[in-house]
Amino acid sequence: MQAHGIGALLAQLEERKKRLAEEGLFAAERKRALPFLPEVVGVVTSPTGAVIRDILHRLADRFPRPVLVWPVTVQGERCGPEVAHAVRGFGALPASGWPRRPDVLVVARGGGSIEDLWGFNDEAVVRAVAASPVPVVSAVGHETDTTLIDLAADVRAPTPTAAAELIVPVAAEIRTRVGRDGERLAAAFERRLNDAMQAVDYAAERLPRVARRLVEEQSARLRTAAYRLRTPAEQLRARGTALETAARDLERGYARGLERAQSRLAGVVERLAPAARRRLERDGARLEALGARLESLSYQRTLQRGYALVRDHEDNVVATRAAAEAAAALAVEFADGRLDVVRAGDDTGGGRRRRARARGDAAPSQGSLL
Amino acid sequence: MTADEPATSAPVAELSFEQALGELEAIVDRLDRGEIPLEQSIAAYERGTALRRHCERQLAEARLRVERLVEGEGGEVSSAALDPEAS
Repeated sequence: MQAHGIGALLAQLEERKKRLAEEGLFAAERKRALPFLPEVVGVVTSPTGAVIRDILHRLADRFPRPVLVWPVTVQGERCGPEVAHAVRGFGALPASGWPRRPDVLVVARGGGSIEDLWGFNDEAVVRAVAASPVPVVSAVGHETDTTLIDLAADVRAPTPTAAAELIVPVAAEIRTRVGRDGERLAAAFERRLNDAMQAVDYAAERLPRVARRLVEEQSARLRTAAYRLRTPAEQLRARGTALETAARDLERGYARGLERAQSRLAGVVERLAPAARRRLERDGARLEALGARLESLSYQRTLQRGYALVRDHEDNVVATRAAAEAAAALAVEFADGRLDVVRAGDDTGGGRRRRARARGDAAPSQGSLL
Repeated sequence: MTADEPATSAPVAELSFEQALGELEAIVDRLDRGEIPLEQSIAAYERGTALRRHCERQLAEARLRVERLVEGEGGEVSSAALDPEAS
């Protein structure tokens, strides 16, 4: 190509780049993150040559993946339309089944002149990549060669090998990570179980303590209650008091009963008394009479046998001469009655007293005797 | 990433490696933080173990398989073996 041609191409490229940029096709916010690990990798490139081999080798080294290659012509007139068609074709594949839509696309080509890479500046390619439902990594030419597909792609890789490194992680690292995750899973689970078992153990350990404490609390409560209730002595005292009270009550009751009995007795006595008195009085009178009669009869018989009884003026028996001399007056009692007598030589005073007594004193005394 | 998503009931076999690994790590994190109740932690552990096996199986089975796409006359796309070393 001539220098003139190149200049015209560059001018055309600048114009297209500006126009598509204004359309927002290269905007940073359109860029999507690549999947961590694609299940299927799609590659748009020549099916032969170093590029596909480099990509496949690198994939095999890092993380072998199923790879679908959409063969395209990577230079010349057919390149742009074929690449655009391939990108659209990958996006149009079904999400499942086989062949299925890849999770990431690589559009790759080895280094070359601006004219060689010209197909990757194709507007159709740019539009197809921008519209791709699958994230696109561009790896076209060398790092210094920038084509429009690099601006439209989600990620630009400096080389096809670098693209392979971008789209898959290193399996060994992932294996290590998965292994570590597995260990962490087991450890976390074990820790979780241990925590739970410790909680159970702790609870089981605490259980007797809790039970004991419960028992202790209960017994403490019982003790308190018992204390508040009564000690045996207190209970005895209480019972003693009750007994005393009962005894007192009993006593009182007894006393009351007694009183009642007494009053009843008194009532009875009271009711009986007049009759008794009457009877006593009657009996007494009879006794008195009988007694008097007995008394009178005791010496009466003696008198009937011829003896006489000397009495003074007060009816006392005068048994001696001295008593007879001392007496103011004398009377002789016979069985059939009394006879006042006068001592010899003692007539005047005695005569008066004798008359008086014969009239007044002797009769009452005889009356009282009989 | 699915790191903050709770364990799903999606069959493990249907998960992509990335989904499985993400869920596995989420389970580990949640187990680690004691966020999963004991009863659920057993299920979580089983799920995590299944996810781990799924990941390891995929790692073990990871083979380079290369096919080229062939467009038919009517535009239908099929795949065929490709041996890039051959040419």
